[in-house]
Order: sequence, then C-alpha cells, then structure tokens
Amino acid sequence: MPVPVLSSETVSAIRLTVELAAITTAILLFIGTPIAWWLARSRAWWKEAVATVVALPLVLPPTVLGFYLLVALGPSGPGGALAGLWGGRTLAFTFEGLVIGSVIYSMPFVVQPIRNAFEAMGERPMEVAATLRASPARAFWSVALPLARPGFLTGAVLGFAHTVGEFGVVLMIGGNIPGETKVLSVAIYDYVETLRWGEANLLAAGMAAFAFIVILTMTIVEKRVARSGD
Amino acid sequence: MEEPGTIDLAFTGRFGGFALNAAFCVPARGVIGIFGPSGCGKTSVLRCAAGLQRLEGYLSLAGEVWQDAATFRPAHRRPIGYVFQEASLFPHLSVRRNILYGAPRRRPPRPGEGTGLEEVVELLGIGHLLDRSPARLSGGERQRVAIGRALLSQPRLLLMDEPLSALDRQTKDGILPFLERLHERLAIPVLYVSHDIGELERLADHLVLMEEGRVIASGKLSELQSDPALPLATSREAAVSLDAIVTGYDPAYGIATLAVDGGEIVIPSPAGRPGTPRRLRVGAGDVSLARKPPESTTIINILPARILAHRPVGPHERLIVLGLGEDGSGARLLSRVTLRSFDHLALAEGMLVYAQVKGVALAPSAATPERTTPA
Repeated sequence: MPVPVLSSETVSAIRLTVELAAITTAILLFIGTPIAWWLARSRAWWKEAVATVVALPLVLPPTVLGFYLLVALGPSGPGGALAGLWGGRTLAFTFEGLVIGSVIYSMPFVVQPIRNAFEAMGERPMEVAATLRASPARAFWSVALPLARPGFLTGAVLGFAHTVGEFGVVLMIGGNIPGETKVLSVAIYDYVETLRWGEANLLAAGMAAFAFIVILTMTIVEKRVARSGD
Repeated sequence: MEEPGTIDLAFTGRFGGFALNAAFCVPARGVIGIFGPSGCGKTSVLRCAAGLQRLEGYLSLAGEVWQDAATFRPAHRRPIGYVFQEASLFPHLSVRRNILYGAPRRRPPRPGEGTGLEEVVELLGIGHLLDRSPARLSGGERQRVAIGRALLSQPRLLLMDEPLSALDRQTKDGILPFLERLHERLAIPVLYVSHDIGELERLADHLVLMEEGRVIASGKLSELQSDPALPLATSREAAVSLDAIVTGYDPAYGIATLAVDGGEIVIPSPAGRPGTPRRLRVGAGDVSLARKPPESTTIINILPARILAHRPVGPHERLIVLGLGEDGSGARLLSRVTLRSFDHLALAEGMLVYAQVKGVALAPSAATPERTTPA
C-alpha cells in the first residue's frame, strides 16, 4: 500500500470537521448550561419529559433524526424560513444546517454530565452563598460553575468528540459537498465507495487514535479531579 | 445602653407530613438557644429565619420586618450569618477566600465598626490556616473557619444550626471556648440550635424550648432550667447555670470567690481577675439540703435559700426549686433529694434551708470542664 499523502480534499474535510465540532460544542455549552441547571434544580413535574426529549438522540436511529431535520431545515420547514432571512432557500445541505443538526444530535452528551455535576453539588453550596449575601447570579458564577467544572470538561469533550464522529445525520442533511458539508466521517465513507482504501485507512486510523486519546485523557482527568475533590 | 429590640418570629406550615407552628419573641441580644429533641423543627425555624425555606409567617429583627404577609426578603438580602451543621466550606477556594467570600467588598469595616479580618482570625485562632485548602483542615478547624466566614459578612443576626454536633467530644470541647469568647466579645444576637443541653448551659442567655413543631416555653435560661413544670428541671441531668462575677482569690488555699445573685460561691481553682464574669453550672444532684446551718463539714459552699417549689421526680425522689438568699429572691438552684429525706426533714414550700453544694462546674476557658470536688 503506498504511503498516502493528505490530499487537499482530506485537509479540507479535517478543517471542516474541527470547525463544526468546535462551533457545536461552544453553542452547546452556551445553551446546554441553563438547560442542565434547570433540569438539576427544577421541581416541575414535567422536567423529566424535557430531559427525555434532550436524551432522545441517544437512542433514535440517526436516520430518523436526520429525516425530521431534513424536513425542518428544508424550504417548507422553519429552517427554510430562517434561511429566507438572508436570501437563502433552505438550511439543508449547508454548513449552518449541519451545525443545527449537530447541536441537537450531541446535546445529551453535553447536558447530561453538566446536569449530573450540578446535582452532585447539592443545594448546600448555593445556600451558603446566599447566606453570605451573594445574589443568585454571583453564587452561580462563583460557586456553581467552578464546582461543576469536571462536568463541563466531560460535557465539552464528549460533545466535541461525538460531533466529530457523527455520520448518519450528516449524511441525511448535509449531503456531501466538499468544503461545505463534507466532514471526516463522510469522507471516509466516500473513499471506501471509490476504492481509495489508503486514504480511508489513514483517516479511520486517525479517528480511532483521536477517540482513544480523548477517552484516556478524560479518564485520567476525572480521576485526578475525584482525588483532589476532598 | 442602646435598646437592642427583639427578634419576633412566627412560622406555620406543613412539609413532608410534619407540621410546624412555632412562634417566639426574644430579646435581640446574647445567645438564644433553641432546644428540643431531634426532629422537633428547630432547624426548620432557623432555615425560615434565614430565608432558605419559605413558610407562612412573620419575622422582624429590632423592628425591621424581614417577612410578613406582604414581604419576603430572600436569603441574600438578609443581614445574617449562618453556620451549618457541617462546615460547608467552598472546596474550590482557599480558607482565606472562603472567609472573605461574604465580606463587604467595597469598604472594609472601619475600626470599631463591624468585625474585621484580624479580629475574627485572632478570635477563632485560624491565622495559620488562611492559605490552606479546606480539604486539608480537621473537622474542628473547618467549623471555626465557617464561623469566621459567617462573622465577616457583618451579620446583624447569627444563626447557628448545631455547629458542634458533627464533631467528636474532644473537638467540641476545643471549640466551645471560642464560642464563649464570641459571646463575650460580639454584640450580635445569636440563634443557636442544639439538642445538647450541655452546650446551651454554657452559651445561652435565653432559651426557647421546642417539641413536635411547637414552642413549649421561652424565657431566660435560668428561669426555664428551674421551672418544675418543664422537662428540663425533671431530667436526670437537670442543672442551673449561674452567672457569677469573680470577687477574689485566696492564693494560700487556691480558692476563688464568686458572687452570684443572692449568695457567694467559692471554687478551688483560679477563676480570673476580680470583676471577670464567669458562668457556673450546678447540677440538681450535687445540691443537698439541711434545715440548720451545718457545722463541721468539708463542703465549702453552704448557701441559705428558700424553697420556692417542689415536685416529685419518679417514685422515690423530689425535685426542689430554691431561691438563694434568706428571702429567696436570688438566683434559682435545683436540688434533687430522696423522698425519704424530703419527708424526714418535713420540707415544705417557703421554708428556709441551707443548700450544700457539693460540686460546681466552672465553664472553662481551657479545654475540659474543671470540676470542684468535695474539699
């Protein structure tokens, strides 16, 4: 097997994947934190229904999710209306559409660890902060966020890694447009289809190594956090 | 002296099958002990006072209303300090940043106003811990830091929820003197919840007794301790706390003299310079009675007193409430005598007797209670 060189197509797929995962993770931390806080704190009876909706992508076949996303993002769905704002016709088969899909698809991987961290913290630290005259906002920033840091770390890493690895949803709503929606997992599929085994092998091995490093790092970090905890 | 006003409190509500209906009005000064068995609602009262739990009710401190039908000040708007049963330090902050967390950030307190960092650090003996992480403190050290943290938020009311109950006996005895110093030095009223009457005998000025979600009595500590209708006086550990002032010390015999309301008590240990206030504890089982002034006895404390009340305790004993002094108007004392002695001496209400005090415990500044033995 000849030593494969990264083609410009591959480089572009890597860049696109990293970009997609980074943007998705950032958005998820931003919107996932209030959701996780609410799920950890609320006493509303219907909160577990919300938690279930958030968790759905864990068990739904990606094609099912992808199908509904395609409908929603398409010209006759809300995504099409949104695209109309800047003169587009559809969000399907665009990078923006991929971001929206990834956010939904990876949400449970970010929300769950953060929610767990908030729950593990208990009510006490926030009560202590309140008795020390900290407003709820100050208490959240200075106590809840730092105490939930391991949850944020896990959530961010899982969210990023999971977005990097998504395939079915991307295939359904992203198409396979180089430089726009052709991410790594699709690129591998593509290489295999066109019998470019060397390049497929390189990317697949790279992603396996990436997954290995991610999980190993996370385990080590979690152990260290647990030890310094108390 | 400025009138400190009162703490006026009433909460009613039901949660988890438990009904709370507690109300009391106490002077906003000194330590107010809230005493009762586990599960009687003491902690709930404290949490309501802090605004951590919301029940219907009323709360005002020195006329300032924190809660009524129309008002509910959230916890972070109440000038309180709260010490939880477990220290609950912030694990991600150093001791220094923990105790400064609630300190006003704009303007450090001017001398003579509020409580400064140096004062709190000195009072609680936590200077050497400031740069450590809470994870590396012992239980007693953590609780001291938690108390310091509450104090530095410049509270006008300190709420303490069994601050010593999570600690072992030895650590507890190590912290009590700090709390006593706090009591002497700070002008802030303290609501102190405990199920350990021993702590309250040493610390409290005022007592609120609770049972099954209700307040059954509220009043000065010594009055409640000596009220024969209340469970305190008839319990096995019944005792009274006497507030005394040191009047002298005889180095030849090593005997200190202390004045209490209606009498004088001597103890065989130094008690401090004349004028020093000390608190004494006299157990009901340590007081025996004589109808005539006993001569030739080794008991050094023999105090004339009048019998104010008596009632049976169990089948063969009687509890007697005494008022010190010939007219019985002084401090109260309790004596538990056998029914046989009671009948034998024909004791009766209003009678002048001589209380022989076999043991007086001096609430110590040191680690363990010193106890005088029959001299």
